[in-house]
Amino acid sequence: MIVLEKRPQPSQAWSMATPAVAVLATMVFGGVLFAALGKNPIEAIQTIFWEPLFGEHASYYRPQLLIKGAPLVLIAIGLSLGFKAGIWNIGAEGQYIMGAIVGAGVGLAFYPLEAWYIFPLMIMGGALGGWFWAMIPALLKVKFGTNEILVSLMLVYVAEQLLASMSLGLLKNPQGYGFPGSRNLQSYDSAHNAELFAGTGMHWGVVAALIAVIFAYVLLNRHMLGFHIRLTGEAPRAAKFAGVHPSRLILFCLGTSGMLAGLAGLFEVAGPAGQITIDFNVGYGFTAIIVAFLGRLHPVGILLAGGVMALTYIGGDIAQSKLGLPASAIQVFQGMLLFFLLALDLLTNYRIRAARKEVA
Amino acid sequence: MDLSAINPVLLIASLMVAATPILLAAIGELVVEKAGVLNLGVEGMMIVGAISGFAISVETGSPWLGFLAAAIGGAVLSLLFVLLTQVALANQVASGLALTLFGLGFSSLMGQGYVGVKPPQMDKLNIPVLTDLPVIGPILFGHDPVLYLGIALTAAVWAMLKYTRMGLVLRAVGENHDAAHALGYKVVRIRIMAIMFGGACAGLGGAYISLIRVPQWTEGMTAGVGWIALALVVFASWKPWRALLGAYLFGGVTVVQLNLQAAGVAIPVEYLAMSPYLITILVLVILSADKSRAPASLGRIFHATH
Amino acid sequence: MTAPLLSLQGLTKAYPGVIANNNVSFDIGEGEVHALLGENGAGKSTLVKMIYGLVKPDSGTMLLRGQPFAPAEPRAARADGIAMVFQHFSLFDALNVAENIALGMENPPAMNDLAARIREVSENYGLPLDPFRTVGDLSAGERQRVEIIRCLLQDPKLLIMDEPTSVLTPQEVEILFETLQKLRSEGTSILYISHKLEEIRTLCDHATILRLGENVGECTPAETSAREMAELMVGSTLQTPERSGREFGEVALDISGLSVPSPSEFGTALKNLHLVVRKGEVLGVGGVAGNGQDELLGVLSGEILTAADAVKKDGQPVGRMGPTARRKLGLLTAPEERLGHAAAPDMSLTENALLTGSVREGLESNGFLKWGLTQNFAERIIEAFDVRTPGPDNAARSLSGGNLQKFVIGREVLQDPDVLVVNQPTWGVDAAAAASIRQAILDLAAKGAAIVCISQDLDELMEISDSFAALNEGRLSAPRETTGLTVEEIGLMMGGAHGMEVAHV
Repeated sequence: MIVLEKRPQPSQAWSMATPAVAVLATMVFGGVLFAALGKNPIEAIQTIFWEPLFGEHASYYRPQLLIKGAPLVLIAIGLSLGFKAGIWNIGAEGQYIMGAIVGAGVGLAFYPLEAWYIFPLMIMGGALGGWFWAMIPALLKVKFGTNEILVSLMLVYVAEQLLASMSLGLLKNPQGYGFPGSRNLQSYDSAHNAELFAGTGMHWGVVAALIAVIFAYVLLNRHMLGFHIRLTGEAPRAAKFAGVHPSRLILFCLGTSGMLAGLAGLFEVAGPAGQITIDFNVGYGFTAIIVAFLGRLHPVGILLAGGVMALTYIGGDIAQSKLGLPASAIQVFQGMLLFFLLALDLLTNYRIRAARKEVA
Repeated sequence: MDLSAINPVLLIASLMVAATPILLAAIGELVVEKAGVLNLGVEGMMIVGAISGFAISVETGSPWLGFLAAAIGGAVLSLLFVLLTQVALANQVASGLALTLFGLGFSSLMGQGYVGVKPPQMDKLNIPVLTDLPVIGPILFGHDPVLYLGIALTAAVWAMLKYTRMGLVLRAVGENHDAAHALGYKVVRIRIMAIMFGGACAGLGGAYISLIRVPQWTEGMTAGVGWIALALVVFASWKPWRALLGAYLFGGVTVVQLNLQAAGVAIPVEYLAMSPYLITILVLVILSADKSRAPASLGRIFHATH
Repeated sequence: MTAPLLSLQGLTKAYPGVIANNNVSFDIGEGEVHALLGENGAGKSTLVKMIYGLVKPDSGTMLLRGQPFAPAEPRAARADGIAMVFQHFSLFDALNVAENIALGMENPPAMNDLAARIREVSENYGLPLDPFRTVGDLSAGERQRVEIIRCLLQDPKLLIMDEPTSVLTPQEVEILFETLQKLRSEGTSILYISHKLEEIRTLCDHATILRLGENVGECTPAETSAREMAELMVGSTLQTPERSGREFGEVALDISGLSVPSPSEFGTALKNLHLVVRKGEVLGVGGVAGNGQDELLGVLSGEILTAADAVKKDGQPVGRMGPTARRKLGLLTAPEERLGHAAAPDMSLTENALLTGSVREGLESNGFLKWGLTQNFAERIIEAFDVRTPGPDNAARSLSGGNLQKFVIGREVLQDPDVLVVNQPTWGVDAAAAASIRQAILDLAAKGAAIVCISQDLDELMEISDSFAALNEGRLSAPRETTGLTVEEIGLMMGGAHGMEVAHV
């Protein structure tokens, strides 16, 4: 019989190794899934993980890695701060949408004026939009003790309806021949989040994501606030004893993650997506939850995890067109990854031993 | 705009139909939470139930087999949650999220061939005389059997928790798992049973959407109903009859806003469609003052030590 | 001698890195009150868990009335007539008395019949209980009655009691002893676990002493002195802390008219508290657990805020200040719960040193942390308080209870407080560590700090405090000088028998 024995302290080695093992396990079980769908598993896995980086058209796909990875990292960094403190914002998708709506709205309000200050104002708008949307669950939790998980999630559905309303109403392109959707910001220079170096995929969102990683790293390792965040997650009573104000921490964590999600939405709408449409959001807010866990809530880990997850998106697209692998298979694949990660986390805190049967 | 087109009798009857998926999922989750486990994967189990039920009833032509398959599908998915939280001792919030993300992907993978297909219909209750009564007939005696099953399940869970040994042990495990363990109760085994029951109920609720309420299959068709069911358990203060009341309230909001949309009220459709979610938030805020009835071990990890 | 009721033969149980029980053998006779004596960590709990079917021995056998006895689970043990009153963790706060009792029975009767039987048995043994009250609202003594009645309803042959008097006032202890004597006269055997020697001398017929998992001796308590038993238990001569004659200075801590509700559902509100502690004075606060101790600590640490001038330090109102501001002023505290309150289990000792030390030790500037200084501070604590650990990078939870407690107390003492408040400073700590913690507290007082020591261990309070007050249902008795206080007086300050009736034997 197998028993679990709690380690005297968490294992550093396993803590680093589990994400890699989880990715490997997902490849194996994902391969089984692809085989069940009638695809060659090795070819499918190779298409997903190899093709975008080193394949024939890698020069086209590599920039995509930054484009898909940046919003994931940006959102996941914000989420990780809250997750570390036991504050569960799972409505990043909604904050992402609100950031895009407000940011794009600011830009479109100036149309067709061309001025240097428009894009910075849009960035502020995007940050504020996401921040505001996250402050709703934050304030309700602080004031009334309302569960932030449910409120932040309900607000995703509300935001999706708002998005629909905006693309059909207020922000609809007056010259769009009646089609839903806003003006395309890619053709409005002052509002366009263009590539900083052509053909690299490097846009302001990527820069923001890197800054967020550094900011989070310093905060968590060198600053009292970061220590308080970790302490609150580890032992809430000890945190209170240390002098942490739980309410301020809730406002900070939810506010920051909302702001980063809002920024991600703004950079997306002003850059790769270009316009507000009904189906503008593609689930980055939810996938970022997987990224945060895959990166073990550590800033550098999240950076790497964002890359891996971006790879599955791009590789998934390639596999879809090349092998006819259904898009939802990739979603399952990503879900599986989170499963293995959570399951293998056991090894960080427990030792598995064979033992004689015992009543316990 | 024509509000007179809204028929109050039909409104109440369809309210009951709209409430049933929420009720089924909430009753299941209520039992899970009473055992001290927080499973946030309700949405995922519902949607897997929705497609399992849909696929099986299309293939076999029997809605009954469909519902059975939905319950099994939900329970099987909940086994993944069992593996994570009861065996691997993973965080319950994260594991529930994983279940939902996985379930959403898995259901759309399974449902690829079923978009646009029409499922076999389930016969409605038809009791001569009673069903034909005006007003009362369509409200009380004119529904499909699963709707009555939902109400019966509410009564059964209430009686089980209040009057039976099993219910007492379940509550004890949820209140204080260490004490229950010290008295020799199998905490993990009891929780596994509760989680699987919750999964089966969520599966039934999902199938009710795809087989009766809509009835057809579209990706992500549960659209947050699983999350509303979670909110409902809080609303109900972990009491089955209040869950029924809450489900009818949410059902009512959904049906009224749909009727208003149809009647062409001068509020944009999107804003009406938001209302169930906003009402959920509002209710959560009003009720969050009363935390006292939450099972004391809710969401805590249990590891038997020596 | 007649055949024993239960005979333990060579029981051994090892856990990774520690042998909890090594070849333990002894007999419990019919109708005998048998004491199992030992320090924390001596292996008493593991041994009774084996008898109760919660843990399986690695080797060795048990005989119950001559028949092999190997309960696979508590249910089996109960079926064979073994019942156990736990020290912790076995009641359900949100359920009522009858439901709690039903959970401990194999085939409970219908609720109404059960309630009637509870009333009958509880009256019979002088432990009255209302079957329909919610357990969370009961006092510690009443909660224990629930457990005892749960056992008695099964007509046990052997009743195991784990440290039963740690939650009782002296008067309540007397009532309990009368109940136990009545049980013995009816032929029930009792295995009585304790480290309180005087109790054992009063009550028990026979004693087995455990040290480090081994049976180190047996004796007849009535014929053995407490000192001899203590030395068997500890394995060396005990040192009592030195106490120098002290002069008290000005008032350092002043609580007046303090009333606050408890933050937790089944907690105790504090009602109109008054107390004054002078520089150099140790005030001992006694009382049965759950009478407002946690709340009193919270009010002093700044975790529970009050009216500003309800709490004053050196005349300055601090009632509305948070923990950090109070630390800056020199008011430091050490809560009872080591893991999760005083320290974060999964964090390193260095990080735990930062937890309360940041302000007074200057471990941060503008919010940025100085890890080097913090590690020095942690190393200083480890060094000064002889904390046994490989180093400051180890997680708090990897330390034994006694070592972590030394770290937690040391962390506050080294910050040189003006006022130090400690709650249960030696709870669950071995004798050597307890003695060094008490000495550290006394040394700090000798340097002029005012100390409030909240504890349920009356012997400890008598040993170290200059004056004594007791908490009873959130009220604090007027403090009295320790010298000359009798046990009866202390018991009355603690609330006497809390309205219990004496058993009519």
